[in-house]
This record gives sequence, structure tokens and C-alpha cells, in this order.
Amino acid sequence: MATMKRIYLDHAATTPTRPEVVKAMLPYFADAFGNPSSIYSYGQEARGAVEEARTKVAELIGARSEEIIFTSGGTEADNYALKGVAYANERKGNHIITTSVEHHAVLEVCKFLERRGFRITYLPVDKYGLVDPDDVRKAITDKTILISVMHANNEVGTIEPVEEVGEIAKEAGVYFHTDAVQTLGHIPVNVDKLKVDLLAISAHKFYGPKGVGALYVRKGTKLVSFMHGGEQEKRRRAGTENVPAIVGLGKAVELAGQEMGKEAEQLAHLRDKLIKGLGDKIDHIRLNGHPTRRLPNNVNVSVDFVEGESLLLNLDLEGICASTGSACSSASLEPSHVLLALGLPPEQAHGSLRFTLGRENTEADVERVIEVLPEIVAKLRAMSPLMKTQK
Amino acid sequence: MPDVWSLYSEKVMEHFKNPRNVGEIENPDGVGHVGNPVCGDIMELYIKVKDGIIVDAKFKTFGCGAAIATSSMVTEMVKGKSIKEALKISNKAVAEALDGLPPVKIHCSVLAEEALKSAIEDYRNKSKHRKLKKRA
Repeated sequence: MATMKRIYLDHAATTPTRPEVVKAMLPYFADAFGNPSSIYSYGQEARGAVEEARTKVAELIGARSEEIIFTSGGTEADNYALKGVAYANERKGNHIITTSVEHHAVLEVCKFLERRGFRITYLPVDKYGLVDPDDVRKAITDKTILISVMHANNEVGTIEPVEEVGEIAKEAGVYFHTDAVQTLGHIPVNVDKLKVDLLAISAHKFYGPKGVGALYVRKGTKLVSFMHGGEQEKRRRAGTENVPAIVGLGKAVELAGQEMGKEAEQLAHLRDKLIKGLGDKIDHIRLNGHPTRRLPNNVNVSVDFVEGESLLLNLDLEGICASTGSACSSASLEPSHVLLALGLPPEQAHGSLRFTLGRENTEADVERVIEVLPEIVAKLRAMSPLMKTQK
Repeated sequence: MPDVWSLYSEKVMEHFKNPRNVGEIENPDGVGHVGNPVCGDIMELYIKVKDGIIVDAKFKTFGCGAAIATSSMVTEMVKGKSIKEALKISNKAVAEALDGLPPVKIHCSVLAEEALKSAIEDYRNKSKHRKLKKRA
């Protein structure tokens, strides 16, 4: 057991913090530990580090550093964007447009706002998970204050037509937010190209530490403060800055800026190899998400007649970490809202498997999955009552 | 990795890895079919009954680790029991025999109990039918 090599294929869930990032963070725990709000040198040293990280984030996304607000992660950034805009623009209108495949950090905020009198339009997606920009255009009313469409989907990896939606939002004079948690550090993200007013990011999705992220807020965007207290983050997000984590985010952004192009190429190659290998060796398997408009590291498949958790457990016994859209362990037992929105029947959604590759994965890792999964599927199908009804 | 961090007990994992009594029984005396694809668990339980004793039990299950393990365990538990005794097997007993289940997985043991009850009901209906046929 102890000697078995672990193959981690769940990078969309989280990534290991890179050693370079850890190294950059370390001085800010015990040495340069000062409070950035303090005027003595300890404090100012920390202030400098925070501002340096802010500049790095801004540079990577083509923003100005004063447009970056550090948060505790992607969920907070999404919460802030939606609630911040909703409550600052109530007088203008109460209508928000989003999609049915957003992350819960957006969808649950929408439900919360709905209970408080806002009206939300949840746009459908096609079988690949793509939202139609035309649907966005048609959904806009004179009460619309915000459009929120994710940059790429965390489950199926589909890259949404954010640029087109951005153009529509701009024409209509409606604020536009995108959840870029799955894309930043992996594919190019530029706030002007995407025409967004708000954009959420999270460090631990691209080899930074957990517990830190940022929200980009275009200059002039009206939103209420998220945390009230001290004057940090221009009074928008009070609370002493998480200096080591922010430094870590900055370092992760810096490394991603240098390496993501090459990395994406390498991951897309492994991704395509895995998709092809599984398709060749397993019957009744289908790719979920878009065949080409897809994150370079995402493989999401549905394996007919078997359930996702039992697939995962068997993979785990082989040292392979993946994830599923089956929700056998959630209270609702409902499978993934994303897969259902793509039109998958529940049994196929329950039979879904997501592999998300990362920079340390190798050809051998992919080959191992292609070798092991068909055996697991065969074993589970032999005990599946659905297999029988198929025959 | 230490086993303490696993979702399931060792016993559950053991039954999941090596499930007992997988398959179907030809000409079963009773079949139970419970669950649905929406909730992600489907269980089929087959029993063979001789002189009021369950002499064989097999299952087919589409579902999570707990669903497979509870199916396996319940088929082990019923073998050799009278119909009356088998009806007393509760979902709690199945879960206990597996050294417990995570709270979110209790429904799997409920499903196993239901599958068993449904198979016994099927057996009783069939035997009533047989008796009526004999009389006629």
C-alpha cells in the first residue's frame, strides 16, 4: 500500500501549493509579520508585499492594481460581486441574469437574493454546456442590473462565450461578472478582452495557497462594501490582510504568467490521450462537455450502467484520485446540476467521472488510468441490474 | 494513507471490494426490486426458499459503495434464516453488521431492508398463487 504511487487527477478541486510559492510565503509568518496598516517598518514591509502581489494579479489580467480586492477565495469573490452589485443598484433594478451551470458560489447567492426580492433568470445551456449569447440579450430588461456567466465550467470544462456576452452587457449598460476560478492561471484571462466589470479568482486552483483569492472590480462599478470595519482594501473588504496568503497568490500568479502557455499545451495533449484511450477501451462511455471549447485539463465522462462513487472508490484503491457528479453522499441525492442542465438522464449523471490534470501528471499516469478503469467498469457492470436490462 | 481517513469502515470496504452473492438466481422464489435511477441506487435481490427457509440469496446493485456493501451484507444475513426471521432484519442491523455507515449513507441500508422485504413479499404472493393453483 505504502509504495503505491498516488495519481492525483482532481486539480479542479484543488492543486498542491508549489514549493516556490511556499518559499515566497514563509518570511511573512514570523519575520515580516507586521500589520500592513502599521506605519513602522515591519508594517510597511508587509504593506509593500501586499501591494506587489496586487500589481502581479492586475498585470496578469490586464487591470489596474487599484481594481483588485483580495478576498478569502473564489466563493467570497463571487458572493461579493453578486451581493455587492445587487445591493448597490437596487434602485436601478432588481433583475439578475445568470446560467444554470454556474458554481454554487454564484447559484446559491442568486437563490439568496431571490428570497430577498430580486428576480433571477437562470439561462439554459446546450448539450455541451454552452450558453447562447442571444439568450442573454433576450433576457435583458430595463430592470437588469447584473449578468453573471462563468468563464469555464468547473465540472465539464466548457469555456463559455464570455466575450460575446460581455459585448452584449456593455451595449445594454449592464454590469457583467465572470467567475474565472477555473481559468485564471490556466488560459489567458484579460478583463478588457472579456469585457467584464467583475471577475473572481482563487489561488488554490493554480498552485497557490487555499483561503485567498481576489475580485477584480472595474473602476466606476458601484458595489456596496462586503466587510465593514477597518479601512483595508479601500474600505470595501475590512479586516487585516492575510499577508502570507496574498504573497502566495502573487507568486502563483507570477509563475502562471510565465508557464501557463506551455503547460496548457502539455495538459491538452494528456487530456486528449485520456479521452481517446477511455473511448477506445470502454463501451457505452461518452464525453461530457464540449469537444473543443474545453479547459486543457478537463476530462469528464459518463460510464453507462455504473455509479460514480463506486467508480471513485475503486480508483482510490488503485491510488487514483478523481471526482464524480453523482451525489450519493449529498443529502438531496440529486446528481450534478451541471450534468442535468446538459440534458443527461439521472443515471448517466450518476455515472459521471471527472479527471482534471495538473502540471505534475505524466503520460504514465494517463496510461495507468486507461489500464485500470476498464477493469473497474467491467467489475461493476457485472453486478449492475441496469446492464442486464440493456441486453 | 492510514485507513482512519476513509469514508467507510473496513468492513464496508471489505464487502465493497469482495461483494458476496453477486448475480441472479435462476427461477427464484422471490425477487425484490427497489430504488430508482434518480437517487442513484437500484437494488435487485433474489431468494430461493425451501421449507420456509431461505437457502440462497443473490443481488445485483447499481449504486455507491454503501449500496453495494449493504446488498452484499443483507444477502449474507438472510441465508439459512426462516422467512419469519428474515423479516426481522432491520436496516439498523445491516448497518451494524458493517460496523456502521456514515449518516448520509443510512438510506442505503434502508434500501437493503426494503429489497429484502420486497423479495419476501414477492415470494409470498407467488406461493399464494401456487396454493390457489393447486386447489383449483
